Amino acid sequence: MKRRDFMKGALMGAAGAVLPLVGGVAAASKTRSIRVGVLHSLTGTMAISEIPVKNAELMAIEELNAKGGVLGHHIEPVVVDGESNWPIFAEKARQLIAGDHVATIFGCWTSASRKAVKPVVEQYDNLLWYPVQYEGNECSKNIIYSGACPNQQIEPAVTWLLKNKGKRFFLLGSDYVFPRTANAIIKGQLHAEGGTLAGVEYVPLGHMEFETVINRMREARPDVVFSTLNGDSNVAFYKQFAAAGLTPAKLPIMAVSIAEVEVQGIGPSYCEGHYAAWNYFETTKGHLNEAFVATYKKRFGHTQVVDDPIEHGYVNVHLWAKAVERARSFHPMAVRKAAFSIRMDAPQGEVQISSENQNMSQVARIGEIQANGMFKEVWNSGKSLAPKPYSRYISNFVCDWNKGGLLKRA
Amino acid sequence: MDGAIFVSQLFNGLSSASILLLMALGLAIIFGLMGVINMAHGEIMTAGAYTAYIVEGAVTHWAPALSTYAFLAALPLSFLVAAVLGLIVELTVIRHLYGRPLETLLATWGVSLIMQQGFRSIFGSNNVSVTTPTWLRSAWHVTTNLDLPYVRIFILVFAAVVVGGVFAYLYRTRSGLEIRAVMQNRDMAACLGVATRKIDALTFALGCGLAGLAGCALALIGPIGPTTGQAYIVDSFMVVVTGGVGKVIGAVVGAFAIGELQSTFEFFTSATAGKVLIFVLIIIFLNIRPAGIFPSRSRSLD
Repeated sequence: MKRRDFMKGALMGAAGAVLPLVGGVAAASKTRSIRVGVLHSLTGTMAISEIPVKNAELMAIEELNAKGGVLGHHIEPVVVDGESNWPIFAEKARQLIAGDHVATIFGCWTSASRKAVKPVVEQYDNLLWYPVQYEGNECSKNIIYSGACPNQQIEPAVTWLLKNKGKRFFLLGSDYVFPRTANAIIKGQLHAEGGTLAGVEYVPLGHMEFETVINRMREARPDVVFSTLNGDSNVAFYKQFAAAGLTPAKLPIMAVSIAEVEVQGIGPSYCEGHYAAWNYFETTKGHLNEAFVATYKKRFGHTQVVDDPIEHGYVNVHLWAKAVERARSFHPMAVRKAAFSIRMDAPQGEVQISSENQNMSQVARIGEIQANGMFKEVWNSGKSLAPKPYSRYISNFVCDWNKGGLLKRA
Repeated sequence: MDGAIFVSQLFNGLSSASILLLMALGLAIIFGLMGVINMAHGEIMTAGAYTAYIVEGAVTHWAPALSTYAFLAALPLSFLVAAVLGLIVELTVIRHLYGRPLETLLATWGVSLIMQQGFRSIFGSNNVSVTTPTWLRSAWHVTTNLDLPYVRIFILVFAAVVVGGVFAYLYRTRSGLEIRAVMQNRDMAACLGVATRKIDALTFALGCGLAGLAGCALALIGPIGPTTGQAYIVDSFMVVVTGGVGKVIGAVVGAFAIGELQSTFEFFTSATAGKVLIFVLIIIFLNIRPAGIFPSRSRSLD
């Protein structure tokens, strides 16, 4: 760094330190501003996953502001910490809406945190933009779900495995709502599509000893392992799976909670050759994605990787901005209505929010993990799949807001 | 269950036991001998694991040819890093709180939170990975159905060596004798000219150093992240309490019993049910023998 650059940097840093004191006044006199909430766990177990999503959301807000904001308003993010603690998520959401008067909230990761925030956004008739794949079985007017529904991730993955890898499935998951729901769907689907169940195993969140599970797997002689393990357990599982002499050629693992970020933490050499199903990979083709990845890495460091939930967090902010412009209003319900008419080009391709169930239609993709930790796409659904939050394998309901919300399946 | 699976399960139990033992050994010394409830034990372990990560990175960068041996260099370094951290914690926090278990518990819990956030600020919130050296990556094919992973065998042998080292230190050296003397009767030891404050600091540093070694070894089979320590702390306390507070041999037997029982229960039920059964058994056992397998007769712990 040259001396002059250093001086410039120091000056800007000093100015940055002073500005926030007067910034509010200056901004108010020049342009109007509008607040939006960014609600993620910045501390605790979930911080690992949620901090990058928060970063992507803030990056999208910066992009909007650089282009002059939305409807002539400067977007002012209010970032709060859910602390990996579900009641705190509810409390912080209430504070954002009632205290900070935010126009909308981007946030949550776990289903538990979403379920804690849901009654709050419903009470105040606000809007939550949720970025992560989930188990479905929810129908709220006040949440836009951009992550995959089971039929956009789990079901295509099962069909692909049956066609390409074998009929005998071993289901391994962490012991909470998402894996149990996912496995119920998979069981129904195996029954319908001619697969068989070799075994089911649940381990507590944070489980680190997989030798016994691996022995039971060996005994069951499955063709594939379908993993809904979440969190740190994955690191232990992949390492011990490889150490036991099992390879992807002998027994491939299909995961729905392992993306680029997790692969880095496990070590790519342990995951190489295994599979994961998502709607977006860092390697997904397209100039929009190239630009997105380049901006993200420039902003947060070249060793950082981008993954599906990060991209969905980024897409959510831009979808919201487009919907605000279409609605010509920041009012949450006007924005909600306008969102249904937006077709937007995202890094993953064209996306649209369904007016029936407020989930996003998107392409399903299956990737094979490479030695460098990136995914090589081996299959995609070609066209966008319409979201179905209530899987036909486990539920008799449909969510359709055009007909009034949650209904019995016809 | 055929023979191969049976042997393999026995081995798994032994392997879990060796891991439990590595985690609990440092705690057995700090909690067992000093009576300090160190809630930051897990984070000290994590510091050892991060040391392995840094050493691997450094060796791969400066001397790529030696990178498969980086792990061997990381072992003593992780001991050193963790021991120095322990020494700092002892001098700044623990020292002022001896004999006040509740305050120590709260203070060390605070230390664990500070360390977690420290890891997050330095290494980022994502997990980092340590690559298992190539010479530990495959498995020993005993028969067609029986594979014993080398990394497990390594941890088993390593745990045995560490336990042997600790026993030799405590029972065969002068400072080991002084540690035992202080733990049994602090005042009497002081009268006889043992510098008790120095011994306290030394013991705490030793316990932390052992935690660092455990963290380094566990990096081979588990994750390394800011909150990794939390996953191990409960199991560590479980071993020490079951084994008997105040005796290092208690940790050895406790770890062995819990390891074998856990992998057996888990095989016949499921991971969740296995864990529940273990806890139920421990609760029943502690009702019958509240002081654990090897109750300590030392008066200092009354």
